[in-house]
Amino acid sequence: MQDKYVLEMDNIRKAYGDNVVVDGVSLKIKPGEIHALLGENGAGKSTLMNILFGMTMIRDTGGFEGSVKISGEEVKFHSPNDALTAGIGMVHQEFMLIPAFSVSENIKLGREDTVPTVLSRVFGKNMDRLNHEKMEKDARKSLDAIGMNIDEHVRVAGLPVGYMQFVEIAREIDKLNIKLLVFDEPTAVLTEDEATQLLGVMRSISEKGIAIIFITHRLSEVMDVATDMTILRDGQLVATKSVRDTNMVDIAQLMVGREVENMRATGGQFALQDAETAVKITDLHVDMPGENVNGVSFEVKKGEIFGIGGMAGQGKVGIPNGINGLFPAEGSVEMFGKPLDLSRLGEALDKGFAFVSEDRRGVGLLLDESIGYNIMFRQMAIKNGFLRGGLFDGRRTQQHAKDMIKLLDIRCRGWQQKAGTLSGGNQQKVCLASALTLNPKVLVVSEPTRGIDIGAKELILNYLTKLREEDGVTVIMVSSELGELRSICDRIAIVSDGKIVDILAPDAPDADFGLAMSGVSKSEINEKGAE
Amino acid sequence: MSKPQDVVKSEVVKDDFMVIVRKRIAAFGLPRIIILVAFILMFVLAGIVGMNLPSFFGDVLRRWGMWGILVLAMVPSIQSGNAPNFGVSVGIVAGLLGAVISIDLNYRGAFDFITNPALHRIAGALVAIAIGVIGGTVLGMLYGMLLNRVKGSEMAISVYVGFSAVAVFNILWVRIPISNPIAILPGTGSGLRQMINLQDDFGDAFDSLFRFQIGSMTIHTGLLLLFFLMCFFMYIFMKSKRGMRMSAAGDNPTYARASGINVDRMRILGTTISTALGAFGIVIYAQSFGFLQMYRGPLMMGFTAVASVLIGGATIRRAKVFDVLFGAFLFNGILTIALPLSTQLIPDIPGVPEMLRLIISNGIILYALTRAKGGR
Repeated sequence: MQDKYVLEMDNIRKAYGDNVVVDGVSLKIKPGEIHALLGENGAGKSTLMNILFGMTMIRDTGGFEGSVKISGEEVKFHSPNDALTAGIGMVHQEFMLIPAFSVSENIKLGREDTVPTVLSRVFGKNMDRLNHEKMEKDARKSLDAIGMNIDEHVRVAGLPVGYMQFVEIAREIDKLNIKLLVFDEPTAVLTEDEATQLLGVMRSISEKGIAIIFITHRLSEVMDVATDMTILRDGQLVATKSVRDTNMVDIAQLMVGREVENMRATGGQFALQDAETAVKITDLHVDMPGENVNGVSFEVKKGEIFGIGGMAGQGKVGIPNGINGLFPAEGSVEMFGKPLDLSRLGEALDKGFAFVSEDRRGVGLLLDESIGYNIMFRQMAIKNGFLRGGLFDGRRTQQHAKDMIKLLDIRCRGWQQKAGTLSGGNQQKVCLASALTLNPKVLVVSEPTRGIDIGAKELILNYLTKLREEDGVTVIMVSSELGELRSICDRIAIVSDGKIVDILAPDAPDADFGLAMSGVSKSEINEKGAE
Repeated sequence: MSKPQDVVKSEVVKDDFMVIVRKRIAAFGLPRIIILVAFILMFVLAGIVGMNLPSFFGDVLRRWGMWGILVLAMVPSIQSGNAPNFGVSVGIVAGLLGAVISIDLNYRGAFDFITNPALHRIAGALVAIAIGVIGGTVLGMLYGMLLNRVKGSEMAISVYVGFSAVAVFNILWVRIPISNPIAILPGTGSGLRQMINLQDDFGDAFDSLFRFQIGSMTIHTGLLLLFFLMCFFMYIFMKSKRGMRMSAAGDNPTYARASGINVDRMRILGTTISTALGAFGIVIYAQSFGFLQMYRGPLMMGFTAVASVLIGGATIRRAKVFDVLFGAFLFNGILTIALPLSTQLIPDIPGVPEMLRLIISNGIILYALTRAKGGR
């Protein structure tokens, strides 16, 4: 019974430097099984798939431990090509199609059927003529197999997004020896109808005996099509279960689990009732590619730390970027009762917001300028600080930069060191210092701890708490890390599909958070239960 | 996924001497070192073959002042994110127009009330500058709006904008209703000459100001003072709120937007200042040169200005006033000294300085382009 499993990944461990991202994970998949792979962002799903496909970045960073077997045979892939040859395919989140080529040409890309010609006899196979008839016939067969009735001659450019997804799938199953297909968040870009259709296609593919690894965060889809599932959290295997034996609430609970405990839990201590409203957002729409916001409303009290969480690509990052005016936004944002003109650049900063961007190198810093210059610049540009007689005041900048370096423990060679040469954590501290220098009434921090070391992380989170306690600053914190949101926020809004699913207390059950992140609010479940 | 980094490490590791030297050379730029060494060698060589060094050095200083403001025009353009302004000829033709109008006004007796000849010349130059700068500002705004539509390929576009502006103004030069016979093609009654002598107009206006001699070296104090003054103004502007906002817009447009800065407006500002400075610069150039060079005269001047600022240490993304001072000096220095030196040493090959100019200016531009980090 050696080849009972089409794929066996055994005891996989992968570390980047000291940072273990996948630790002792095993994954076994039978032919014809739809296996859901679940976990929060950064749980290790992508790394696991990169290992499976033999991506070069895995080898370049020191390889991995453990073994991968395909149909019972141990394999060592050196490139994604090896994986493809072995019968593993991937349906990408971002389409890898050539727009100017027809559907059939895309399906057959790299595996074209050819007919020898006079030229090719002399110059080799590259000079063969394409056998369009056969290619189109094959493509038709694959398209039929997934129930697509689009014309195989049309160009891919201009097809609806959903169709492109199906063309990708058709390309994968057109491969003769395909045994295992990986779907990476396939429904993220689809409409509801298209998503339903896709799930149907997945089912019919699996009936042909092809196994599927289904990466998603939409639990309802998992319940719908998957037969088995594996849940990862912080790089570790949490559970492998059969979908029949479980329910959404359980899964959600397992996904979120108990988070890192070493952060001081101060969230939720704030008395919300007596405070005035600092920020009121009504029906905010933001057109930020990849992070669309479709109608978000919430209120934040003065002195509150308000968290916004959710999976990547769901729109939580769009909220601060819309308020800041970096992406076109509609809706109403009021600060202490005064409305903001969202179409005017710099309006939010003028009115007393300050932002720490999730993209610190792109939006947050002038990398070739000094720490001091970075810290003072926005205050100077918006509020005319650090000018003397209209000119740059180097002495005040130096003094202030030194204070900030001490206050936030920025590790550097001095205030004149260029921001681009600092480590991630210290760059983030410079961004924070720059925002604090604006003396904001409301501080909006986006992914403040992404990619920074634990020491800097703790310092920043502690400082945010202190800022609220000592200066009464209102903080809105957007983060993918639920653990850190729960450790310092008073309330946490979970965003999915550009909308707020639920606003939860930090001590709400894990399952509630897990459900909300999958786009299901607790009340919905209760209704279903009542039915 | 980013790895945790050891922050302190870079401080602890001490480079040995050779590494430091190599780093310094890399930071300074090898071509600049070669040009600097060549300049010094040529200077020494000129001394050995017995040429009049002080007199040459005076010439170098004069050419430095002549070109200085045109080179300075590169700074706002680069800093605002528009890359070096190859199309500074847009400003140059505006300046030429101002100069031509000033000449005609002079012929009609507009400056006759000033009897002091030195002041008379300066008045002519100032009028030329004023009209030129106004024209340059208008053209610069339009030019800036154009550049905002072609972000990412400003350099290629600016080359062609510069060429086109020269061509368009050539039509004007043929038809412009000017009556001063010194400017008009003899015997035709209309159309400007190729070269217009400024002897009776504002030629030498600033050059002769506070001019003095040290032995055989002539120092054109007024010219240099004016150049330094403009550099100082530019330095001050770059330290002002507006200048810093403009620099940020060029350095990192997304960052600038997140700081409430209208990037497009800042880019137009940079191009406008650059173009206006081009107009200013050509009048200064012409009064020192003694002639207005019409028609194809300004065609390649943008390249020389760009090359100068790049030799000075600017990149196509960042430029300082110091780069202007250093680059204009070095570039003009080597060209000034090459002419007499080559006629003395290799008299049978004519045009060596021109070849040298082409090699250096195009070479340094090429070098800067290869070092440019592509768009973000």
